[in-house]
Amino acid sequence: MGAPNELNLAALAKYSNDFLREVEANVEEGEWVKMCMQCGVCAGSCPFGPDWEHSPQKIFMMIRAGKRQEVLTSDSMWMCTSCYNCVVRCPRKLPITQIMHGLATYAHRLGLAPKMQPTYQWSLQFWDNCTRTGRVNELKLTLGLYFKEGFVAGVKKAWALRGIGFGLLRAKRLNPFELIRGHECKDKAGIHRMLKKAQEIEARRLKIPQFKTEG
Amino acid sequence: MPELVATEQTILVVGGGISGMTAALEAAECGKQVILVESSATLGGRTALLYRYFPKLCHPTCGLEINLRRIKASRNIRVYTLAEVTRIDGRSGDYTVSLKLTPRYVNASCTACGDCAKAVAATIPNPWNYGLDRITAAYLPHAMAYPQRFVIDPSIIGTPEADKAKAACRYGAVDLEMKEETLTLKAAAVIWATGWKPYDAAKIQPYGYGRFKNVITSVEFERLADPHGPTGGRIVRPSDGKEAKDVAFIQCAGSRDENHLRHCSRICCMASLKQTRFMREAFGEAAQSTIYYIDIRAIDRFEDFYKQVQADPHVRFIKSKVARIEEDRASADPVLHGVDTEGYLRYANRHDLAVLAIGMEPSVRGSAIPATLGEDSSGFLVPALDGAAIFGAGCATNALDVNRAVQSSTAAALRAIQVVNRSARAET
Repeated sequence: MGAPNELNLAALAKYSNDFLREVEANVEEGEWVKMCMQCGVCAGSCPFGPDWEHSPQKIFMMIRAGKRQEVLTSDSMWMCTSCYNCVVRCPRKLPITQIMHGLATYAHRLGLAPKMQPTYQWSLQFWDNCTRTGRVNELKLTLGLYFKEGFVAGVKKAWALRGIGFGLLRAKRLNPFELIRGHECKDKAGIHRMLKKAQEIEARRLKIPQFKTEG
Repeated sequence: MPELVATEQTILVVGGGISGMTAALEAAECGKQVILVESSATLGGRTALLYRYFPKLCHPTCGLEINLRRIKASRNIRVYTLAEVTRIDGRSGDYTVSLKLTPRYVNASCTACGDCAKAVAATIPNPWNYGLDRITAAYLPHAMAYPQRFVIDPSIIGTPEADKAKAACRYGAVDLEMKEETLTLKAAAVIWATGWKPYDAAKIQPYGYGRFKNVITSVEFERLADPHGPTGGRIVRPSDGKEAKDVAFIQCAGSRDENHLRHCSRICCMASLKQTRFMREAFGEAAQSTIYYIDIRAIDRFEDFYKQVQADPHVRFIKSKVARIEEDRASADPVLHGVDTEGYLRYANRHDLAVLAIGMEPSVRGSAIPATLGEDSSGFLVPALDGAAIFGAGCATNALDVNRAVQSSTAAALRAIQVVNRSARAET
């Protein structure tokens, strides 16, 4: 048994809303979380609802309950397809989609996002792919996804989808030489400068020393 | 007693529902001259269209009828029906008010015998049953109508149907030559009691009202339960006329929603709780009611009523705002989709009938009133700040139940009486 003072502190910690404050300060549109009245209409409206661990309304309650670890490691934010059904129906007009993406970004910044979550993987690859040259290289992106789970799995996947691949080739929608170098935007260095600047501004706004870009 | 004429000491009451009637009576019984103006063909307003009202489950034939008797007995009240206020000029103690009188096409000789209604074949959607059935175009609004005088609907004027009504009347009461009139009155004070209307349920797109036959509003359900209603008191499904023994009540349909009505309409929780009693009354042990709610707001002393309904094993409570309703094509059953927030359980519940506990909005927005008055963010009237003697009463000022509307109206009557007393003193 600790001293009464410690007990009080432990009780306080249990009911503190530190995490809500943290979300408000760091997550895009995070200041809306406290407005949720737990009606559940977002959860019921979500087309992906049955497939996630936590519905938006549950996530908001968990934030208010201070469940930091569970929220930031949840796969739910990564399941959002931005259909905006919840935003349209929310009786309090919470920008739910934006909050979910804000939470996803924050979880990634802290390195807490679920590493093997497919959407998370896809997001990282997409960002890396399009920022490298300023253009999306579709061939590299798809192949990157095919071979994500190893060489054999990748070959199998490519083989299974070969019909589509050849179809795209014939229709000149797929250029195999993209694999070697790929096309780039005119001012690649300019794009990189722009992105760097944006990251600096973002870091300044969020008062973080350095924006973490790797996953 | 001289013939009643409007003077500078008259109080004008706009709206003949429970609020307007109460305000008019309170002022008249204090000896003031009152003119009561109602835009429809009868007094009674929406209270007359209830089967019963909470918490004591009174029939309006009791509570409202008493007020009608008081009006009949009072020499100080003059009632104008089918009349609308178009203009208010002047200041406290000295208002000039313009009224537009719509023709009824039936004069005071009417005995309400009903012969005209038998002669006329044309029908109109029945406004007193929210359009759930049709009535002949010569009609008495409802059994409690005051004045007890028929109305010829303007849609048949100039047609042979109207002539049939005229020919059928033995008392010469049908007067097809009536024209719209305007009237100018003097008044010391105005009580604005134009009441509420149900929110347009079709605007709540995911609930399918208007698209799905078995999705109705709470005010329509009230008419179904009423023996004077379109089904003679049988609670049946609009799609096939089968008894609706398993009914879902959806709370906050339009209310507490930034996309619809910002405010809590206050009455809907109690209305649904009350309607579960109608279900038990109609179907006994076979009744099943399910209330979908965000939180039950049985305000004030109504908590007892809530507790009683909670104890009923035939009433189920699901803490959830229903996300959407889907119709089962074959059976026309409404299927409700959402998440039960107590345990985050996803459901797809089928019911016989879904009742939307529809929100209240003001019939006339504060800004639309022909005088300079304000409105709140929901359109309810807010008190004038410039010393005007135009006082809101009842649901024109806020979402209120019958009880609170009566309180609010009594307060408005007191304010108006004070204005009259002041101007009377100034003159003598």
